[in-house]
Amino acid sequence: MELWFSEAHSPNVKFSVRVNRQLYSGQSEFQRIDIFESPEFGRFLTLDGYMMLTEKDEFIYHELIVHPPMAVHPQVRDVLVIGAGDGGVIRELVQYPEIEHIDLVEIDPLVVEVCREYLPQTACRLDDPRLTIHYEDGLRFVRTPQNAYDLIIVDSTDPFGPGEGLFTREFYGNCLKALREDGIMVNQHESPFYPEDAIACQRAHKRIVESFPISKVYQAHIPTYPSGHWLFGFASKRYHPLRDLDEVRWNLRGLHCRYYTTTLHKGAFYIPAYVEELLKNVEAAD
Amino acid sequence: MTKPDQTRAPIYEALEHFRRQRVVPFDVPGHKRGRGNPELARLLGETCVSMDVNSMKPLDNLCHPISVIREAEELAADAFGAAHAFLMVGGTTSAVQSMVLSVVKRGEKIILPRNVHRSVMGALVLCGAVPVYVNPECDDRLGIPLGMRLAEVERTIRAHPDAKAVLVNNPTYYGICSNLPGIVELAHRAGMLCLADEAHGTHFYFHEDLPLSAMAAGADMAAASMHKSGGSLTQSSLLLTGPGVHAGHVRQIINLTQTTSASYLLLSSLDIARRNLALRGREEFARVIQMARYARREINAIGGYNAFSRELVNGDSVYDFDETKLSVNTLDVGLAGIEVYDLLRDEYDIQIEFGDLGNILAYLSIGDRPREIERLVSALSEVRRRFGRSRAGLMQQEYIEPDVAVTPQEAFYADTQSLPIEETAGQICSEFVMCYPPGIPVLTPGERITKPILDYIRYAKAKGCSMTGPEDPDILRLNVLKGVR
Repeated sequence: MELWFSEAHSPNVKFSVRVNRQLYSGQSEFQRIDIFESPEFGRFLTLDGYMMLTEKDEFIYHELIVHPPMAVHPQVRDVLVIGAGDGGVIRELVQYPEIEHIDLVEIDPLVVEVCREYLPQTACRLDDPRLTIHYEDGLRFVRTPQNAYDLIIVDSTDPFGPGEGLFTREFYGNCLKALREDGIMVNQHESPFYPEDAIACQRAHKRIVESFPISKVYQAHIPTYPSGHWLFGFASKRYHPLRDLDEVRWNLRGLHCRYYTTTLHKGAFYIPAYVEELLKNVEAAD
Repeated sequence: MTKPDQTRAPIYEALEHFRRQRVVPFDVPGHKRGRGNPELARLLGETCVSMDVNSMKPLDNLCHPISVIREAEELAADAFGAAHAFLMVGGTTSAVQSMVLSVVKRGEKIILPRNVHRSVMGALVLCGAVPVYVNPECDDRLGIPLGMRLAEVERTIRAHPDAKAVLVNNPTYYGICSNLPGIVELAHRAGMLCLADEAHGTHFYFHEDLPLSAMAAGADMAAASMHKSGGSLTQSSLLLTGPGVHAGHVRQIINLTQTTSASYLLLSSLDIARRNLALRGREEFARVIQMARYARREINAIGGYNAFSRELVNGDSVYDFDETKLSVNTLDVGLAGIEVYDLLRDEYDIQIEFGDLGNILAYLSIGDRPREIERLVSALSEVRRRFGRSRAGLMQQEYIEPDVAVTPQEAFYADTQSLPIEETAGQICSEFVMCYPPGIPVLTPGERITKPILDYIRYAKAKGCSMTGPEDPDILRLNVLKGVR
């Protein structure tokens, strides 16, 4: 028997993973949720048929969305995480003892429930006492807090479907307001490669640039995401991701990572020429 | 008589049947199921172009319906509690105009609130009737026209006992309803008909928490804009009549100006939308009401904005309020409504229905989802944070009593001259001047131009409202009646 999960990475490109069996399938108020088990990538989570994470390569994404801002900001106490119901971001964050409180805002309770049951590898630290989970729309949650967080991590799905509101100017503006004066926002920034993704990437960058005084983009290689080349956004009110990187301090923590190093941190901000151009085009637009 | 079966959609069913017959077209339209215009077929899709067909025996004829269109009209009448329903394909403008043309002719009077839609004025130019305006009460704090007070209507009826009809907005663009049952009673007692412009009230027929519909209130005719809150295609509409109106006469009036090639896309959209409303309207509008209530709470929590609602209800000039109209006063944020309207579009990719000097209106409907509501609320919160100012310096719009010197028709067809606008005070205007949105006339043909009117035009222009109507698009000149003062 041949059983394959396939996802269209572009209208003309398909990515497939051989599946041993489907562990879960359900429909929440917001989306369809599936968990599969595969020989190559272990278990993986898909939402509305889009690959969200696999056990094999999720470390890349989660390490890169958490450690770069943590190696720059000198004193992160309060963190807001939008999305991230799988728990991967939380698993990375709770390694930092100075973090006092984390608000996790996930729109879909079923994602958390399913991940707790089938993906303990990422959901393992969702019971940390410093964590509060709020089940609501991230755009709504971030409307009220002012000057309340040192770090906001936007671990959104794609800019269509339930995650659409997390790629809007009003969302980034609200994040700016919710951050303290030296706060940092890091976001999942889509891929620059296929044309449709590149447009989403440009739009997100344009809106962040319009909202934050410092806005840089860094990259990672994630095998199961479209094109494998993925970007993250680093936006901040004060700190520069390279000039304010404190390598010694971070390395003294002795955290064990499989992807992130402070050397990689520096390299990740050196992006290909075509991506630089893509981003510059929208920076210059205003 | 058996109860009409609202699960049926006769026009849609006939079109489906017709499609399966694979009839060879040697009639219009000339694109012949899209084959003659492949680019259009690609844009609109095969289904759409193949349904764009002409009137013919199996599909009936809108000018003289005897089969499927007639059945669809009977189902619509049943769904809306009307004695008769006419499917309209020339927009609610055509429904409103047919309504007016059915009840008044040259020299006869019709009582109207000043904030009528321009389509009513157009009907008066066509038929030569005389408008008698009722001053709508104005809310000075919000700067919006309200409904007609019952005593005002009564006074006007007494002063003009020869008037043929009273027209009522049910509701206004802002969602405000006059005491329609009260006005119906006054009109009927005086031997007049009562007409309702329900361009913004189609949904009233489908939920008990919404204001009373015209047919339920006993009005004689109503123009219900199915394409607004009803979910049909743009330009499709309904004209509803009560038991006291002769449907054959109304049909004759409609046929004076209605196309003889009615679009089956529009007709079938009316049919399907009516079926949807009859079967699911109540639950759908319950959802819309809940979303509107949620949005108001969230917008009012931002601070500065006033998402007003039923608290305005005063039993008279605001007899009832349509909660689904998400109207928000922006003056305490220090921004004109039109400025917020522009910011939402330019900065946040959000298109709302209109902005006037002091308010914006976001139109909620059966197509809305909570996630878009969140975007709107968040964007409003950001507009305030980024662009908010202190309140000073904003003028509010005021009701300026019109001085009708000659009938709209006389003025429209009179010899005129063009004058620089600043020299027109005291002259009689021969054109419309509309502040759009919200599309309430500032001047209509036959009215005397006064200094407060000129001040208002200058101000609204400076604030970025689009002023339309006059021949001179920049409104630097106005056409006035030659030799008449």
